[in-house]
Amino acid sequence: MSRSREGAPVPAPLLVPAAIGVLFLTLPLLGLLVRTPWSQLGAQLTAPGVGQALRLSLVSATLATGLSLLLGVPLAWVLARSRARGRTVLRALVTVPLVLPPVVGGVALFLVLGRQGVVGSWLDDAFGITIPFTTTAVVIAETFVAMPFLVISVEGALRAADARFEDVAATLGAGRWTTFRSVTLPLVAPGIAAGAVLCWARALGEFGATITFAGNFPGTTQTMPLAVYLALQRDPDAAIVLSVLLLGVSLATLLLLRDRWLGRAGAA
Amino acid sequence: MRVPPAFLLASLLTLSACGSAGDAPPGGSEGDRGGGTLPTLSGTLTVFAAASLTDVFTDLGEQLEAQHPDLEVQFNFAGSSALAGQLTQGAPADVFAAADEAQMARVAEAGLAGDAELFASNRLMLAFPADNPAGLRKPPSGIPSLGELLPEDLTLAVCAPEVPCGAAAQEVLEQVGRTDAPDTYEEDVRGVLTKVQLGEVDAGLVYRTDVMSGEIPAFAFAESEAAQNRYPVAVLDDAPNAAAARAFTDLLLSEEGRRALTDAGFFEP
Repeated sequence: MSRSREGAPVPAPLLVPAAIGVLFLTLPLLGLLVRTPWSQLGAQLTAPGVGQALRLSLVSATLATGLSLLLGVPLAWVLARSRARGRTVLRALVTVPLVLPPVVGGVALFLVLGRQGVVGSWLDDAFGITIPFTTTAVVIAETFVAMPFLVISVEGALRAADARFEDVAATLGAGRWTTFRSVTLPLVAPGIAAGAVLCWARALGEFGATITFAGNFPGTTQTMPLAVYLALQRDPDAAIVLSVLLLGVSLATLLLLRDRWLGRAGAA
Repeated sequence: MRVPPAFLLASLLTLSACGSAGDAPPGGSEGDRGGGTLPTLSGTLTVFAAASLTDVFTDLGEQLEAQHPDLEVQFNFAGSSALAGQLTQGAPADVFAAADEAQMARVAEAGLAGDAELFASNRLMLAFPADNPAGLRKPPSGIPSLGELLPEDLTLAVCAPEVPCGAAAQEVLEQVGRTDAPDTYEEDVRGVLTKVQLGEVDAGLVYRTDVMSGEIPAFAFAESEAAQNRYPVAVLDDAPNAAAARAFTDLLLSEEGRRALTDAGFFEP
């Protein structure tokens, strides 16, 4: 009976740092749970605005993920497959939001989409549309910050995928679009799903770009991270309860997604 | 583009500085407790102060350092609420100066500071972008009411009610029955200023001391006096450098300190 790869014993030099890594990442969460004022939980959770902020967070993170899929998957394909020159520069440019402090990203969004911005002032003059301080601005800020996570993850999957399948499809007469749809997409679906989950989680926790570009208004632009930050200014207990709620919802969502949609991908 | 590049750089620096206001180093060695009339102070003095005090306190700190060459004064400037939070979580400091009494009360309730003394007050003003997109106008004579200044449909930024400038903003808006006016509740007064300077809002409620330099146009209004913030200062009970802490608060409360505060746009408490 051959031992499966999953069952291999962990070499000791890896075991200790891995265990420390687990503690490092989970102890702060435990700290939150220990410090949570469970007796006040009901009152805090039903406080006005909490449900509103949570709903807004979930909706905007989901819309931002949708937008990221729409734009990010084609972008990842270009980065992984096209032979155009300047791809390295392009990759560096589109992943800048990963390292940019989000508040700076928020200011940068103002300069383009704000009502004084290059595109924003035109939108305002021509259509009377102003983006800042709307839920649209929240989705845009979250997409700006979160989409690179999806792009990187999908590009990695595309590079790892065996390009010969695509070549075979081409020799059998499939057009490039058909090849992409029927061969490439199913091939990298697990990578896309993993990227989407990362992207959603990042969007859900977004704070800096959102408060800068979208502002903070209950029901319109106040997402959970903003509510948590402001609660922290006055009532740390409330902030902890809100954080635990956000944590619970995102963990539950990720676990459910993994079971339902990523079942095989997760094990692969 | 109507935003001067120098401002953008400055606002980016301010924004990135906000995040790093965290742990100050411990307060260094004990001050010389000679008890004489002219104690020689040494070591490090750590002052936690509201962000609106940055300029005045930096000047006063330099004065104190000039008088005591062995003393180093370190500041942690941030929102008062954030500072109060850091202190109650055990951040070591000698002096705490807050932008309102509520935040000082939080620190006092945690048993970290005894009596606080009021040393200044600050009032709100209505700041607006240089090109005044909403066409705000002041009546020709007298100090107007905020209600007269605010048109029905304008984009207004204020601080969130959780922070001192927002508590004051809430109060003046209630007085004129315009609590529906804000479009965004910013985390601190810097956030309001950024949005005003970028021209993304028609107006914002900021401190008088923020617009004192004259770079940002602003109107005073009648309701601000009743809703002013009073600034308390206290030497913390566990101050590692209590002697220097007292020297700093003495300087702040002296005629000299008062003059520096007035020049910066503060009122007497």
